[in-house]
Amino acid sequence: MVIKVGVLELQGDFALHHKVFSKLGIESIPVKVAKDLDSIDGLVIPGGESTTISLLIDTFHLRQALIEFGNEKPVMGTCAGLILMAKNVHDERINPLGFLNVTVDRNAYGRQIESSTELVKYFFNSPINIELETVLIRAPKISKLGENVHVIGELNGSPVAVISGHHLGLTFHPELNGIDLFHQILFNPNSDHYYKKINQNYAA
Amino acid sequence: MSKGTFEIKVGLAEMLKGGVIMDVTNSDQAKIAEDAGACAVMALERIPADIRKDGGISRMSDPEMIRRIQEQVSIPVMAKCRIGHFAEAQVLETLDIDFIDESEVLTPADEHNHIWKHDFKAPFVCGCRNLGEALRRISEGAAMIRTKGEAGSGNIVEAVRHMRTVMTEIKRVTRLEKDELVAEAKNLGAPLSLVQQVAKLGKLPVPNFAAGGIATPADASLMMQLGAETVFVGSGIFKSDDPAMRAKAVVEATTHYRDPIRVAAASTGLKSAMKGLDMSEIPMEERLQERGW
Repeated sequence: MVIKVGVLELQGDFALHHKVFSKLGIESIPVKVAKDLDSIDGLVIPGGESTTISLLIDTFHLRQALIEFGNEKPVMGTCAGLILMAKNVHDERINPLGFLNVTVDRNAYGRQIESSTELVKYFFNSPINIELETVLIRAPKISKLGENVHVIGELNGSPVAVISGHHLGLTFHPELNGIDLFHQILFNPNSDHYYKKINQNYAA
Repeated sequence: MSKGTFEIKVGLAEMLKGGVIMDVTNSDQAKIAEDAGACAVMALERIPADIRKDGGISRMSDPEMIRRIQEQVSIPVMAKCRIGHFAEAQVLETLDIDFIDESEVLTPADEHNHIWKHDFKAPFVCGCRNLGEALRRISEGAAMIRTKGEAGSGNIVEAVRHMRTVMTEIKRVTRLEKDELVAEAKNLGAPLSLVQQVAKLGKLPVPNFAAGGIATPADASLMMQLGAETVFVGSGIFKSDDPAMRAKAVVEATTHYRDPIRVAAASTGLKSAMKGLDMSEIPMEERLQERGW
């Protein structure tokens, strides 16, 4: 099966996500209006400014279409994308889509000067753990986990990567340093870390 | 753990792509900008059109004013320091500013040297008129480049000239042979390593934004189609008759810059844009773009 993925292009680092998909040989297209969702098998909500993206989702009447799409198909969010995928956000400026049963605090580490690169160990409920350079830019924090949300990476006791069914949320930016593992989790059925395999592990 | 690396600085610039960064002079304007969908604001005491009108020396903003804006909005807050004035930049860094603009809009403090921006944890943006100037600023540590345009003019012609020049020069570099890049670096007045990087990437190694004269939704669309990855709007919003509506319209046109029907919708029903100046009305010695070396 050939997978075609969309990247939400309202504002943010969407070009870097296209670059990751191009490296993986997966076709990706821009999503700017609701009908763009018709032809794709999955979606990435990129990094950027979550207030801006949240606002533009409503300005361009995308909310209902995005929610219906995300209920059925894989959605991955990085940083601002995770904020928009959350159920609860401690900020009235954000109206999230509610895919991931988590509570998120925006800019929880502070301003840009506190942005950092960290070494984080990711685990997939299997013997294989992978250590990766993790770039956090004005990053959010996941402060509360709901039911059926599994942590696949954490930093100082705070989750930086969570998966729940076909929804993957990251507080960091694998697209910034060209890491394609997380994109493969949702969009490469041949990967050992494909979400359906990971979810089987969690179910077992 | 590492902080303040060049990669992290460029990282924030990447997050600001596909958006609009607006000049604001107080927290009320900052709120209007954020509510309209700005992805960042530039805090400054006077917008360029007023700096141009008032004359005198233009300096870094009062830290208290910057702090009030930081408290008002959750999007990144940028501020300007004078060209070469590294002490102003040090002050801005203590305020945890998200981006420092070493800007020709303020009166230059050093007529030969720009700030050595690698010394700072905060990222810098700098203006340019051509590829050589862009690469010199990147070599000094700028994590984002913008065209200079002609700030406070409401006239897009200079921003177009600068973006066209940068893009044409990039295309030229990509066509050159390895040995020809040395002479090209000499002609551009830029480090060979960066010229080689541009030849390989076919673009600047940091995000390339547009500034200086953007006043309408169509101006924003034009700059995006010419290759800008985000637009700065300075005087264009708060010198117009309907800042909130115009701010929203510019954001919409920037997101849908390739869709003329949407740009048309965004352009409809706006009150007057800022009056603006023809370049013939701005004497050479008053042109802000001539500042910087």
